[in-house]
Amino acid sequence: MNAANYLYVSALLFTIGAIGVVVRRNAIVVFMCVELMLNAANLAFVTFARINGNLEGQVVAFFTMVVAACEVVVGLAIIVTIYRSRRSASVDDASLLKR
Amino acid sequence: MISLAINVGQTQTPEAVLFWVLGPLAVLAALGMLLVKKAVHSALLLAWVMITLAIFYIAQDAAFLGIVQIVVYTGAVMMLFLFILMLVGVDSADSLTETIRGLRPIAIVAAIGFGGLMISLLDRATLGRQLVGLAAANEAGNVQGLAGLLFSKYVWPFEIVSALLITAALGAMVLAHNHRVIARPTQRDLATARFRSGSLSTAAGLPGPGVYALHNAVDVPALLPDGSASEASISATLKARGDVIDSRPFQLKELEEDK
Amino acid sequence: MTSNSLVYLIALPLFGSAVLLLAGRRSDRWGHLLATALSAGSFGIGLMQFSQMLSRSNEQRAVSQKLFSWISVGSFEVDAGLMLDQLSICFVLLITGVGTLIHIYSIAYMSHDHDRRRFFAFLNFFIAAMLLLVLGDSYLNLYVGWEGVGLASYLLIGFWNQKPTYATAAKKAFIANRVGDMGLSLAIMIAFATLGTVSFAGVKEHASQASTGALTAIGIMLLVAATGKSAQFPLQSWLGDAMAGPTPVSALIHAATMVTAGVYLITRSNFIFDAAPTAQLCVAIIGAITLLFGAVIGMAKDDIKKALAASTMSQIGYMVLGAGLGPAGYAFAIMHLLTHGFFKAGMFLGAGSVMHGMDDEVNMRRYGGLSKFMPITFATFGLGYLAIIGVPPFAGFYSKDKIIEVAFNAGGIKGITLGVAALLGAAITAFYMTRVVILTFAGSKRWDDKAHPHESPFLMWGPMALLALGSVTSGFLFTHGDALRNWLAPVVEQIPAHEGELLSPMIVSILALVLVVLGVSLAVIKYFLNEVPETVPENVTIFTKLARRDLLQDAFNEAAFMRPGQSLTRALVKTDVAVIDGAVRGIARLASGSGKALRTTQTGFVRSYAMWILLGAIALIAAIWMVTL
Repeated sequence: MNAANYLYVSALLFTIGAIGVVVRRNAIVVFMCVELMLNAANLAFVTFARINGNLEGQVVAFFTMVVAACEVVVGLAIIVTIYRSRRSASVDDASLLKR
Repeated sequence: MISLAINVGQTQTPEAVLFWVLGPLAVLAALGMLLVKKAVHSALLLAWVMITLAIFYIAQDAAFLGIVQIVVYTGAVMMLFLFILMLVGVDSADSLTETIRGLRPIAIVAAIGFGGLMISLLDRATLGRQLVGLAAANEAGNVQGLAGLLFSKYVWPFEIVSALLITAALGAMVLAHNHRVIARPTQRDLATARFRSGSLSTAAGLPGPGVYALHNAVDVPALLPDGSASEASISATLKARGDVIDSRPFQLKELEEDK
Repeated sequence: MTSNSLVYLIALPLFGSAVLLLAGRRSDRWGHLLATALSAGSFGIGLMQFSQMLSRSNEQRAVSQKLFSWISVGSFEVDAGLMLDQLSICFVLLITGVGTLIHIYSIAYMSHDHDRRRFFAFLNFFIAAMLLLVLGDSYLNLYVGWEGVGLASYLLIGFWNQKPTYATAAKKAFIANRVGDMGLSLAIMIAFATLGTVSFAGVKEHASQASTGALTAIGIMLLVAATGKSAQFPLQSWLGDAMAGPTPVSALIHAATMVTAGVYLITRSNFIFDAAPTAQLCVAIIGAITLLFGAVIGMAKDDIKKALAASTMSQIGYMVLGAGLGPAGYAFAIMHLLTHGFFKAGMFLGAGSVMHGMDDEVNMRRYGGLSKFMPITFATFGLGYLAIIGVPPFAGFYSKDKIIEVAFNAGGIKGITLGVAALLGAAITAFYMTRVVILTFAGSKRWDDKAHPHESPFLMWGPMALLALGSVTSGFLFTHGDALRNWLAPVVEQIPAHEGELLSPMIVSILALVLVVLGVSLAVIKYFLNEVPETVPENVTIFTKLARRDLLQDAFNEAAFMRPGQSLTRALVKTDVAVIDGAVRGIARLASGSGKALRTTQTGFVRSYAMWILLGAIALIAAIWMVTL
């Protein structure tokens, strides 16, 4: 098997995640799609590390995980806050920017 | 640029089997996550994708990352997601009908274009070298190798990222902190409000769920004297979930037979 | 030589003005006394300086005082400095002397005006500004005083600004003066650009190195300035209207001092004009034109003050003519200026006295036979009259005849033309001044029974008498042994008297006297022996009609400047609306239109924004895809 196949899987997962962010309306699902995209990127990093024979790709993936964790914590807190004031987790309901 | 199909080297057969079994499953799970209606199902499918990725990491000589992926993502992050779902989103099942006109077709076309371009680029890309493998880099062990990098070359980013993590934790606390502006209504206040409201029908409180002596589960609506089910007796969350059981079978039929 | 007391000449009246204006109504009771005292104090300092000057030798007489370094920009240095030389002292004594007399006169004249304090504040301010004008040691310092007297003139012409016509007259004077001021500022700028300095001494020193063209330009610009301030052709139209101000103002500012600032400027700049013959010739021509112009207008005016104003214009024309004749004429121009300061101020005060007795009536056709009721006024006015028409041995005879003589001796066609003009002017002067005197003081009474003509109080006739004394004696004093000429010699370089004189002084005097007698007799025949109609006769020649309308100067200004100016302004407004506003609005419309179009992309839905990000990412990848193809 060609190791580049991991990259194709990564691309597909990333694309699926991108569609999810645009299409889904539940803020939590949207967040999960973002996580999917980050994970897809991580897979690519790990694969690159393997191809290049050094661990730097894995280090970057590690940092990505930490940043993703931060992002989830803050993002979910925001969702909770919005939910508390609007009784809804739909991203379409928080469309006050229009007005 | 010379266009070369990448052939960065073949892997061992067991890994190929692993890939061809788990790879399609992961993509399918991701697609399912996109398509299912309930957020909880999405979360479970995402957890599956993450576990698959963890296995891929381990297969690619990234044992540390694989374990971290399972512990942090599948364990902590997905737990957090489910927790928040319980908190806010149980009744927020998406209707999959689109509200923004034209967004979905554009999104699908864009996604196909995006994926197509990415794959076509990967097809044409050359990485410039054969598959090196991590045998040499992992000689002292994967964790030791990573630690060597993290605490020497990447120590400064590492510190910054730790600061970010603390900041994020603090930020989440600030955001989630609910500062009460008015006093919480007491039972007395609530009772007064009930009596002062337009009708007295709910003045005595809502009926509890369940059919006495036959079935008293919380998802079974109470029966009114005329034999119909009382919607008011069921928690709104259960109603939203659709987990309401018909209470008709639990009616007392003997009384009718006696007549 | 330096002197530290020069600044007090200016500071005293300036202080008075400030006190009177700042103290407000509190100083109503004593303000006029303070102002008069300070003006007199200034006169005293002037006299002291004069006596010190007399005690020094001719070359040592000029003194100066540096107040502070005013402008210091690179190589451009201007000090706020004062300079008192033989020319300035003449003006200082005239300004403070006549000014003090007029202050005294005004105490009585303005006694019924409840704004008398403000009037004195302005008068003091004028004295200070005029002194700064004549004491400044550079064109820039002179310019400050120049603007100051313009302001004082504006304020005093419009002193009774509750009457719209008076306020308009003040505005007209101010605007006409602005045209002249522009000339002065341009002259200063040219001087700085070509000579690198604006002080009198510096310009005098460098003038010989500058090109004639540059000097001519400076000279012409200075002439423009002089025409504005001294009411010379073509900027003379404001002087008649300036009579809207109280009569003491007319006497001080619009007869004796401020309007002669132009003559001072030209005389002070003699080194420029001597090096630029074209500009000098222009000065002489302007003077000749104006002296006839003013005289002709003077013949037709029935308003006593306006007749005197026209006469002022004409007499300043003589001075400018004299100054335009070069070194031979400067001294006589200044001499005529000083004598004119006496007799014209005296006559204006006389006119004020008449108005005072006649309930502010100014129409001479409603006077007549006033000599019986106002003997002192008649006497002082009559002495001034004899002086202005040039009857020997009164002052005008000496000064005016000398100018006529110098004009004739200027040589060639130029000399004859200018001389004839000056002679003609003398004849016309005799005619219209006789007319004024006869209409006012002689003949039968033509006033209403309501008027009760009476002699003015001592405070008024005292200054008139002193000025009349000056009218009688000053000419003789100035010419006796060429006193003024020798006095001014260090300032305006003298040339020895012409060897080949066209006409000897005796012949000029006789010619002038003959013409004066002719003019007087004509006036006597027309106004004394014939009845004077109380209403203005309408069956007059077109010539008289034109003269009554100031020889159409206002109409010309209106047609040549005002209406084109209005059209220009209107066109500019249209351009502003159509082009500039159009461009601005067009840009705004473009921005708002594109904003409206782009607004539809702002749905407020986060997902649509995410869509845009995705599209951007696609574009980016597509670009990479293209370049790596």
